[in-house]
Amino acid sequence: MVPLSYSARNLANRRLTTLLTAGGMALVVFVFTAVQMLDAGLKKTLVATGSPENVMATRKGAESEVVSGVDRQQANLLETLPELAPGPDGRPLVSKETVTLVNLRKRGSDRPSNVVVRGMAGEGLVLRPEVRLVAGRMFQPGASEIVAGARIAERFTGAGLGERLRFGGREWRVVGVFDAGGSGYDSEIWGDVDQLMQAFRRPVFSSVIARLQDPAALPRLKEALESDPRLTVQLKREDQFYADQSQALSNFIGYLGLTLSVIFSLGAMIGAMITMYASVANRTAEIGTLRALGFRRRSILGAFLAEALLLGGLGGVLGIATASLMHFLTFSTTNFQSFADLSFSFTLTPLIALKAMAFALVMGFIGGVLPAARAARLNIVDALRAA
Amino acid sequence: MNFLSIVLRNALRHRLRTGLTVLGLVIATVAFGLLQTVIHAWYAGADVASSTRVVTRNAISLAFFLPVSYRNKIRAVEGVRGVTYSVWFGAIYKDRKNFFPQFAVDVPTFLQLYPEISLPEDQRAAFLRDRRGAIIGTQLAETYGFKVGDVIPLQGTIFPGNWEFVVRGIFQYRGANVTADLSNMYFHWDYLNESLKKTVPRRADQVGVFISEVGRPDAVGAVAAAIDQEFRNSLAETLTESEKAFQLGFVSMSEQIILVIRIVSFVVIFIIMAVMANTMAMAARERMAEYATLKAMGFGPGFLGGLIAGESLAIAFIGGGLGIALTWPTALAFGDLVSRLFPIFRIPADTWLWQLGCAVVVGIAAAIVPSLRAGSVNIVDGLRRIG
Amino acid sequence: MAKGGDNVVEIRNLSKSYRRGAQVVPVLHDINFDIASGEFLALMGPSGSGKSTLLNLIAGIDKPDRGTLRVAGEDITRMGEAELADWRAANVGFIFQFYNLMPVLSAFENVELPLLLTGLSRAERRQRVELALGLVGLSDRMEHYPSELSGGQQQRVAIARAVITDPTILVADEPTGDLDRQSASDVLGLMDRLNRELGTTIIMVTHDPHSAERAHVIRHLDKGELTAS
Repeated sequence: MVPLSYSARNLANRRLTTLLTAGGMALVVFVFTAVQMLDAGLKKTLVATGSPENVMATRKGAESEVVSGVDRQQANLLETLPELAPGPDGRPLVSKETVTLVNLRKRGSDRPSNVVVRGMAGEGLVLRPEVRLVAGRMFQPGASEIVAGARIAERFTGAGLGERLRFGGREWRVVGVFDAGGSGYDSEIWGDVDQLMQAFRRPVFSSVIARLQDPAALPRLKEALESDPRLTVQLKREDQFYADQSQALSNFIGYLGLTLSVIFSLGAMIGAMITMYASVANRTAEIGTLRALGFRRRSILGAFLAEALLLGGLGGVLGIATASLMHFLTFSTTNFQSFADLSFSFTLTPLIALKAMAFALVMGFIGGVLPAARAARLNIVDALRAA
Repeated sequence: MNFLSIVLRNALRHRLRTGLTVLGLVIATVAFGLLQTVIHAWYAGADVASSTRVVTRNAISLAFFLPVSYRNKIRAVEGVRGVTYSVWFGAIYKDRKNFFPQFAVDVPTFLQLYPEISLPEDQRAAFLRDRRGAIIGTQLAETYGFKVGDVIPLQGTIFPGNWEFVVRGIFQYRGANVTADLSNMYFHWDYLNESLKKTVPRRADQVGVFISEVGRPDAVGAVAAAIDQEFRNSLAETLTESEKAFQLGFVSMSEQIILVIRIVSFVVIFIIMAVMANTMAMAARERMAEYATLKAMGFGPGFLGGLIAGESLAIAFIGGGLGIALTWPTALAFGDLVSRLFPIFRIPADTWLWQLGCAVVVGIAAAIVPSLRAGSVNIVDGLRRIG
Repeated sequence: MAKGGDNVVEIRNLSKSYRRGAQVVPVLHDINFDIASGEFLALMGPSGSGKSTLLNLIAGIDKPDRGTLRVAGEDITRMGEAELADWRAANVGFIFQFYNLMPVLSAFENVELPLLLTGLSRAERRQRVELALGLVGLSDRMEHYPSELSGGQQQRVAIARAVITDPTILVADEPTGDLDRQSASDVLGLMDRLNRELGTTIIMVTHDPHSAERAHVIRHLDKGELTAS
């Protein structure tokens, strides 16, 4: 076998060409990785949103809490279910919440976006232990006070600690900022359920959240509730509900990224092919010499494939390294299904890095296989004559 | 002997390499064109907005309704020539994947305010007569094969239940708005309202938005302010803006995604620049002896640089030109694929200019380094054979 | 040693060294030398003697470290790059060992190339090219590309290209190095004819004694110094 250093040194010899070709592939890997990171960030935010221990009841067919309505009667009925876990005070731990959208302006650009406003009572906080206050204090029941998720406080005018927002005919003072660990709640504003329902003139709740004593009881309970003619609710595990809510957005990002990566990779592979063909053409005499010395055809094939793979590998490393810089950036857009603003970050996972490297190597391989085959098929005498 | 012929002959010296480079350019040009079209599709709604209509919505967000009784007060505002109202219905046709916009509107005033909707007289009359009637755009009719007289069953999400509508007309847009969205469905608000009064009375007599005709573009600001002033401090405060601003509000919710797509469309240009630069660098390196000879004969660096730049631009034009030609059929095919997401998928008129511009930039950029190298070649070194 | 008539080349105290990595290799050492107008001179010497370097300096495609070099009445050591380029276009014709024709140009176009640097019209250029190709006996091969010509034919095209501007001097570096015995003889004969009929001064570098014999004067270079002929 021709040693790997032969392939490596040949690449080092033609620095400009190697850099240009690897650079093209790096750009493709960057796009591929960045989109995967975006999707992973979206999934991470969603996984963190909602707890597998909680269950959520919304109106049948509602994809988002905003379009869901659960009237007081049904909410009271749900509260009496025996499967529900009790709270610290012995009563069933149930949070009846109202969720709606408020149109706010972004800081700086002043452009509008919809933000989720969630009205809850004390139980809502108990059911979400992962959420912590990082500034100020919690809203007081009965007051026109709200707390804002960290992402909202920083991005929207009037949503910062001490600032005021105006909606529903009142002014609401932001008395605290909370951190929800990078989950969807970071993009929400919370307030007292009764105050908000009054201000919005909404007589019904949006969702009812509770905890089950035995999580395994969910499927059975779900069936029972959904077939009960008195009720018009659906029951889902809380985290599942939010995951479903971002299907469309996640799919969109996924498809867009895949399409772009494939198309771009064609360009990069063409670059690799051009480079490898030139590489073979320039070293025809060398190849003849190696063959004359006794190296087999497949050694030649291997040597040039190795060179192409090294190019791909170099492109992969450069692309992943550049994409990893995005790890610190936050991305926000409107979730198609909930119609609400959602912030998430680019998340680089070891799996993504692996996939990106594999992608890079495949590009190198495809770009190099034809030229390498040509090199292997050279006739010794003809090749030597080219010297 | 003319310059163009020499440049082309040089390009054809290495047919495989030039061919691959052209292929890469075609792919990059088409990809760039498609991405620009995707961005344009996002803004499509804003494009057809009228400059003399304003949209009034609940000041909190679109998630909230306005009382239908506001109609008369709005009509009475100075400068308002006509008012209609609309409710976003958001139902599903058979499967969640089959998405198209449906609006419940006050049909007589709606047809007046939107004269661009073109319907045959008999269809218009039938639509006005039938409470359960609906009109659909030509694209919608085509996608699902709906014909006049067909019954369209829908499952409500915002307004739960099973709804049935009879297709009474298929409309087009008249006038310069060739790019308008023809996948909409409009039906009678009265039909929706009647049903609500029986099933969920508290949701009856409400609308999503009011649309008013102002007559003159410069009156828009004043009328909008007047309408909002009318309802300030009432139960449901309003926010009125021009129709264009209203549409752009939707676009701005996805502005980060659009930005990403914009950036990515230029990334593909950079990828192909790398490929092209590589090709030209290789070509120049192979011809160093020729450049040295020409220099010895008295030709200056400008002439040599011109040879390379000419070849680079020629290849760029050929690849770019082919790409521009292929963009239209590709967009057609791609548009069919994404028609659910982007019902309007038309290539913006100036895309070819951008594509051409990119081709020129790529051609020039790729030639810079090889031109400088060839121009500054030391004659004696260049004449020496390689190896 | 001048042979009557003006000297077309006057070299005084010419020295040149090359840098090879960190080493400085002296190639020409204090050369003093004249070439008379109309001479057909062969420069001979072993490999590394500096003969090609000397030729390059005379042709104006390299610059000496020290000394003066007057060619065709001008001190070319004082010229800037652009000036030198123009000077070469007007005064020097090149003949290379490997012909150095443009592969994408036909024989006609290759010969026409130097005329693009003059102000001649298309028709005037055509006239001269046909004349030159006729001189070298390749009128019937005008539209052929170098790849379609034999080595000897290619070299003759190169010679036509070299003389088309009626240069003051013709420099030839191993013109027969890549040719078989017969072609070499043809080419040398052609060069001789041109020298006699046009009066063009020819300076030829060669290591082949047979080729050198066809010239009129032979000088030897050894270790960067001229020896007596």
